[in-house]
Amino acid sequence: MNGSVATQARLWLWQRVSAMVLGVCVLVHLAVIIHAVRGGLSAAEILARTQGSWAFGAFYTVFVLAAAVHAPIGLARIAEEWLGWRGLKVTVATHLFGLLLLVTGLRAVYGVVVP
Amino acid sequence: MTSNLKVKVWRGREEGDFATYEVPRLESQTVLDVVTYIQRRVDPSLSYRYACRVGMCGSCAMTVNGVARWTCRTHVSKVAKDGRLEIAPLSNLPVVKDLVTDMSEFFDKWARALGRFKGGTSRKDDFARVKPESLERRAVDAGIECIGCGACYASCDVVSWRPEYLGPAALNRAWTLVNDVRDTQRQERLGAVAGDAGCHACHTLATCTERCPKQLAPTAGIAGLKRLLARTKLEAEA
Ligand code: SF4
Ligand code: SF4
Ligand code: FES
Repeated sequence: MNGSVATQARLWLWQRVSAMVLGVCVLVHLAVIIHAVRGGLSAAEILARTQGSWAFGAFYTVFVLAAAVHAPIGLARIAEEWLGWRGLKVTVATHLFGLLLLVTGLRAVYGVVVP
Repeated sequence: MTSNLKVKVWRGREEGDFATYEVPRLESQTVLDVVTYIQRRVDPSLSYRYACRVGMCGSCAMTVNGVARWTCRTHVSKVAKDGRLEIAPLSNLPVVKDLVTDMSEFFDKWARALGRFKGGTSRKDDFARVKPESLERRAVDAGIECIGCGACYASCDVVSWRPEYLGPAALNRAWTLVNDVRDTQRQERLGAVAGDAGCHACHTLATCTERCPKQLAPTAGIAGLKRLLARTKLEAEA
């Protein structure tokens, strides 16, 4: 990523913090899956559990936010180090990708939570 | 110990090729002995660098069978595969000729990381008292024995990917100075080593630590710098 050294240091910190959040989220997510698939699973069953559940919605919103912060910073690294991209190109591409994660992720949460 | 070694040595600059030499295998022979034999007995036009021969000066590092090593303290018995050696200049540095690299960028980066001690007292002042068991002093001890050989720098992938990256040795040096309680440039130095050309670019893969012949752990120092920076407020345009 470009920008001042202070920004670069801050991005590094955000990536660390979002990684910690993601770590917890993934564990909870796996537990939820394992719990949910016991005794078969159908779309109707899932929606019956998720629709109107604010806890479910809040948890997955946090999950989506953390992913939308974490992934673009990591991708910026890869673009810089493996593709040799620098500057604006990296910023634009990774911001767009972050936005994509945010929109599709929140859309999915909305889809299963709001009745 | 009477057989011969087959030694491939890089000849040329960035463009060049390996030449093969036969070198008698001797007991307790080091890789530097092998290179010296070639230069003295076979081809005097071979260029390489060394000074102390005892692991102190840091000038003899080369790539031996693909790995950066201090050649004066590397025994042939440890690295030769079926009596074969391949000796090349260090990676990540421009080649001047044969086994000699241009280390200016390597040392310029030490300067960029403010790798120089700056005290605030004069000879008229009393000695500083630093407790040997203090955390800072122990951090300095762990990193201070660097001989500037560049083995870590040549082994670091991030240096290859980001030519502006300061690299393990310069950051290790900065870490020892950041922990030197007598130094007066701590804040500036932290600004100099932050960001994507500095400690935040390190992927903590520890190749540098694995390769350092002095068994230092630049990776640990770099992690220390990151931790410290997470708690430090940098100037907006540091
Ligand atoms: S730990 Fe950091 S400095 Fe050391 S080799 Fe890996 S990326 Fe380079
Ligand atoms: S840290 Fe180790 S490998 Fe790197 S220059 Fe110093 S002594 Fe050599
Ligand atoms: S010649 Fe001095 S360290 Fe090898």
